[in-house]
Amino acid sequence: MTAVLQVEGLHKSFGGVQAVADVSFGVDAGELLALIGPNGAGKSTCFNMLNGQLAPDGGIVRLDGRDIVGLSPRAIWRLGVGRTFQITATFASLSVRENVQMALYSHAGRLRSLLSRFGAAFRPEADRLLDQVGMLDQAERACGVLAYGDLKRVELAMALANQPRLLLMDEPTAGMAPKERVALMALTAGLARARNIAVLFTEHDMDVVFGQADRIIVLDRGALIAGGTPEAVRANAQVRAVYLGGTH
Amino acid sequence: MTFASFIIQLLNGLASASSLFLVSAGLSLIFGVTRIVNFAHGSLYMLGLYGAYSLIEALGRTPLGFWTSVVLAALLVGVAGVLIEVLVLRRIYKAPELFQLLATFAIVLVIKDIALFVWGAEDLVGPRAPGLSMAVEILGRRIPAYDLLLIAIGPVVLLALWLLLRRTRWGALVRAATQDREMVGALGVDQARLFTSVFFVGALLAGLGGALQIPREPANLELDLSIIADAFVVTVVGGLGSIGGAFLAAVLIGVAKAFCIGIGTVHWFGFEIAFSKLTLVVEFLIMALVLVVRPFGLLGRPPATQRITADPAPPLAVPSWTFALVWLALLLAVPLVADRYVTILLTDIFCFALFAVSLHFIMGPAGMVSFGHAAYFGLGAYAAGLLLKRGGLPMEAALVLAPLVAGAFAVVYGWFCVRLSGVYLAMLTLAFAQISWSIVFQWDSLTGGSNGVFGVWPSPWLAGKTAYYYLALAFCGAGVALLWRVLFSPFGYALRAGRDSPLRAEAIGIDLRRFQWSAFVLVGTLAGLAGAVFAFSKGSISPATISIAQSTDGLIMVLLGGVETLTGPVAGAAIFTWLRDEVARRTEFWRAVMGMVILLIVLLFPQGLVGGLKALATRFRERAL
Repeated sequence: MTAVLQVEGLHKSFGGVQAVADVSFGVDAGELLALIGPNGAGKSTCFNMLNGQLAPDGGIVRLDGRDIVGLSPRAIWRLGVGRTFQITATFASLSVRENVQMALYSHAGRLRSLLSRFGAAFRPEADRLLDQVGMLDQAERACGVLAYGDLKRVELAMALANQPRLLLMDEPTAGMAPKERVALMALTAGLARARNIAVLFTEHDMDVVFGQADRIIVLDRGALIAGGTPEAVRANAQVRAVYLGGTH
Repeated sequence: MTFASFIIQLLNGLASASSLFLVSAGLSLIFGVTRIVNFAHGSLYMLGLYGAYSLIEALGRTPLGFWTSVVLAALLVGVAGVLIEVLVLRRIYKAPELFQLLATFAIVLVIKDIALFVWGAEDLVGPRAPGLSMAVEILGRRIPAYDLLLIAIGPVVLLALWLLLRRTRWGALVRAATQDREMVGALGVDQARLFTSVFFVGALLAGLGGALQIPREPANLELDLSIIADAFVVTVVGGLGSIGGAFLAAVLIGVAKAFCIGIGTVHWFGFEIAFSKLTLVVEFLIMALVLVVRPFGLLGRPPATQRITADPAPPLAVPSWTFALVWLALLLAVPLVADRYVTILLTDIFCFALFAVSLHFIMGPAGMVSFGHAAYFGLGAYAAGLLLKRGGLPMEAALVLAPLVAGAFAVVYGWFCVRLSGVYLAMLTLAFAQISWSIVFQWDSLTGGSNGVFGVWPSPWLAGKTAYYYLALAFCGAGVALLWRVLFSPFGYALRAGRDSPLRAEAIGIDLRRFQWSAFVLVGTLAGLAGAVFAFSKGSISPATISIAQSTDGLIMVLLGGVETLTGPVAGAAIFTWLRDEVARRTEFWRAVMGMVILLIVLLFPQGLVGGLKALATRFRERAL
């Protein structure tokens, strides 16, 4: 099986500081890959190079075999990459359903219409997505008044709207209650496997990481130091040293 | 240009840069700490000039009298700044930023009329600085000694400010608040006192800038808005909140202006280029260029992220058909029952309603505040008049083509503007409006300059006031209906989405800049339509239709009605136009009355009239339950 996302030799430095150095990994369809590491390890930098917000100094990022380095976030989305943000970004003045409909309209290229009424199209599709993430009962509410955990679910529904090949989730459960966290990632895992979507996520909650990820890669000071199944990573001496302190 | 005249122009430029720097540094300081765009800052400068004039008259034209007057005037203006902060702004720090802006517009109106009441409408020419009225000979040319002193004052004040900001506890607080206001509040600093003191220093600098100009420039009532435009340009070019940037920008702009005067008219390759006419435009060209290359100014930094963002805009409600039809029926019936005066007033209101609705569209749902919306209104008006008088087109054709001309300008201006956001965007729109105004004002042979265009009358079948009333109702009504319709289309939703979260919009494939650019063109075209209808209803066009005052009128209308409702801008336009007409017939000081009314509304209804009434209605309903 070829990987949906293939990263090879990714490099980035800021001034003299090497933030990400020679990072390579791949994510398969239907697989949840967790990218972990202590604060400042380069996780966010890595993420922002994958989604087009930051230009890497070197390296290749392939989506289904196609190099996407240098493309705008917009273009990368059009190629089938859905995103959720560390701090949720939704359209606060629009209803939950309208938020998802925005993504559906955009996917269909139908946002340029000046005179038709927004909201008439893609209603069943939006409701189906909201049902999947458990937000259908709040479809009429404005996103601006939602609880944080619910916003994360709306983001997930929006990210799924363009039938993505790959989901990039930056700390998908940050700011949520512990119970909600596991529930959200279990939901994501179920959807990803059912629809054969590759998922790459960063996360600080180790219960979520070790409970839901198929594989884990560990970043420290910009470089990958370990990778493998949760069991293998848990047993890895270098990882224990990075997280628990001690000698390298 | 010879070397000598080069040096002379350089000195000239540096001399005028000093006052500009003082005013801009004050504006920048106030904005940095309080995040208030103080439109009344120019009024404080104007008060500085008037104050210095009167004090010198009282204290005598001696060196001692002159300098005491300058310092006293600056201090008094500083006190005026404190009054403004304590009496008005402190009460509305929690209100939305745009409402604070509205309050400063009101203060501009009040101060203008106070100046009119105290000093009269005539320009007041101040004395030359006693003891410094001679000229110094440099390279065979004569330079006023006072100019050389001014050149020195700029860097001296810069140094003093630098020491104040770097070496004192107060300065540390100001710098900290400029970077992160919430954190400073969280650390237990008394914000009210900090804000008041910053207003004092900022106003004092504006007053000093004004007072120092008295030997060079007569005190007059137009200074408030003309200097605020200049000061905005300087602060934005330098970078908001950066004092050093303000100095750099003031020098750059002062020198560029002086060179334009110095170069005069040049013949290049058979073309005659009048550089002296560029003086009004050159600073805005510099600003447009700088902002495109460095969106946060020469020495500015991207604004710190605000953690507590304002409440999200509430969902927009679609106006119902019954509501619209009842109003339409009423308005159609008006000419049958009302007199000529009401018909004419309502025709004005129709034009301003479309103007306000188009401004609301861009600043509310699209999230791009424009300080220069009059550009499109005025360009539409001028295009209509010029197509008729100079182009020889029939009135009907001119009326239809004029909005397209305004739209074409919006294509160009909008391309620059959508690259920026927030205050920088607002300032750039102001810059483009001023460029348009300058061109109209100076291109005498085409536009009639300050006199404007006359004899812009509609075709005979529309000449009657009733016939024209129906035409205005049809065109403006259709324009408003179109804009409201678009707001609920996928395009309109995309704009609202982009306002709520540009990050998310891009992440779901929306090319936000493109949408915003298109929105600019749409509202520019419709504001142009409003201007064209207005031009034919008046029969003449003056540069006032394109002035900053016209832009601020539009902002007042929108904010008065409330930016969060659709009908608010229409109500705001109607109330503002009617009130201005009523008050202006009764007193010469209509501005002050308008200003006081606006201040009252701001303090009582911080969500705008329609928003405030809705809130009141909800409260009554809740009590009834």
